[in-house]
Amino acid sequence: MTTTEVSEQAQTSYPMARECPYSPPAELGRLQADEPITRARIWDGSTPWLLTRYADVRSVLADPRFSSDPYRDGYPTVAASRKIRQDRQRPSFIFMDDPDHARLRKMLIGEFTVRRIETLRPLIEQTVTELLDAMEAGPRETDLVQAFALPLPSLVICHLLGVPYADHAFFQEQSHALLDLTSGEEKVVAALDALQGYLDELAEAKRKNPTDDLISRLGARVNAGELEISEVSAMAFLLLVAGHETTANMIGLGTLTLLHHPDQAALVRDGDTATVRSAVEELLRVLTVTHVGRRRVALEDVEVDGTLIRAGEGVILAAEAANRDPEKYSHPDDLDITRGTNQHVAFGFGIHQCLGQPLARIELQIAYPALLQRFPDLRVTVPDSEIRFREEMAVYGVHELPVAF
Amino acid sequence: MKVTVDKDMCIGAGQCVVTAPDVFDQDDDGFVEVLNENPGEGDAEAVRDAAHVCPARVITVEE
Repeated sequence: MTTTEVSEQAQTSYPMARECPYSPPAELGRLQADEPITRARIWDGSTPWLLTRYADVRSVLADPRFSSDPYRDGYPTVAASRKIRQDRQRPSFIFMDDPDHARLRKMLIGEFTVRRIETLRPLIEQTVTELLDAMEAGPRETDLVQAFALPLPSLVICHLLGVPYADHAFFQEQSHALLDLTSGEEKVVAALDALQGYLDELAEAKRKNPTDDLISRLGARVNAGELEISEVSAMAFLLLVAGHETTANMIGLGTLTLLHHPDQAALVRDGDTATVRSAVEELLRVLTVTHVGRRRVALEDVEVDGTLIRAGEGVILAAEAANRDPEKYSHPDDLDITRGTNQHVAFGFGIHQCLGQPLARIELQIAYPALLQRFPDLRVTVPDSEIRFREEMAVYGVHELPVAF
Repeated sequence: MKVTVDKDMCIGAGQCVVTAPDVFDQDDDGFVEVLNENPGEGDAEAVRDAAHVCPARVITVEE
């Protein structure tokens, strides 16, 4: 049987709909048990490989024989909206292979060291306090996403980059349009052009008149001839969009999840630093908000656990399933914040693993206990059936979270 | 236990620092630094974890 014939027969389409808003689709679990390396049909009719086991996902993500370059034939895109975006957007280093990827990433890693991010702790704590103060001073019922989950990471990433927070409504709107997998061409193009234009101007202004922030420091590299101004803008674009909705949705969906597990929420509220750290890792594992798979294309023929993946064939690495692999985790569907391991692949794996993870971690480690301590009676005011979960977005979570406190 | 790293291949994810802070650090540019090349038994499990979670697989542990 040729690979073409196999692909014609692909019965599975990806992504699948969820049965339970807190778990990946059950079909992924079935595939993991029965067909861990299989073909799946995606939006454009193509049939890339779909890998669901923890060991396979990690091994391919760490394998340089698989490319992250979406301009290569065979690369499986998430949705039509993402294809439009790729065709028009200046690529950031997450869509490059080494050595280009390494050259650009290495200019940023000093900005995101564990120690450097730790210096942001007072700012993050102060921001959390101010947002909770504002909640407390307002009506006793509110939308936690707008009041807390979204503004916290937004304020922090704006501070880090040197993007004026006053413009947040503008770039949140563009970011949302870009992450909406159902966005049509007109909407994607408009959002891209608006955001790219905005960041081009900002990068140029900071290159000429630097301040103490990340974009200005990259501007200095432009002046030193190490970087193009368009590369600065592309990096700022990536960090701004990535910094917004990932952490925001971990706060929103994570809080909702904790409220459904009062015993676990109590541990987070009253727990020591180690308990809170462990809770954050466990929530990252079970929720895996970047829920539509990492994508690669094979550069040469590669055998993965006995299956031959040929050069030019696309691969989807389902981190959301890998993080629930029973071969890796006992009772993988249970939320157990005492599990105490950070071996999940919620931030990916390999050379493209999330650069901002120290920042995401510290924000979550501060946000969850602070929220639960300030409002011990925090509760969701609607049943799950009335909550709009973000199935159609590249980052999973909740659109709104109506709470009372 | 002996710990070595391939600093040239480090991508600065900082997972090692989070996992075994007594043994690993990052320099100002974000690259890994080994604070203790011969960690004791008390750090052994954390060091093995750090090698496992290193996304660029640049940590080698000899037992």
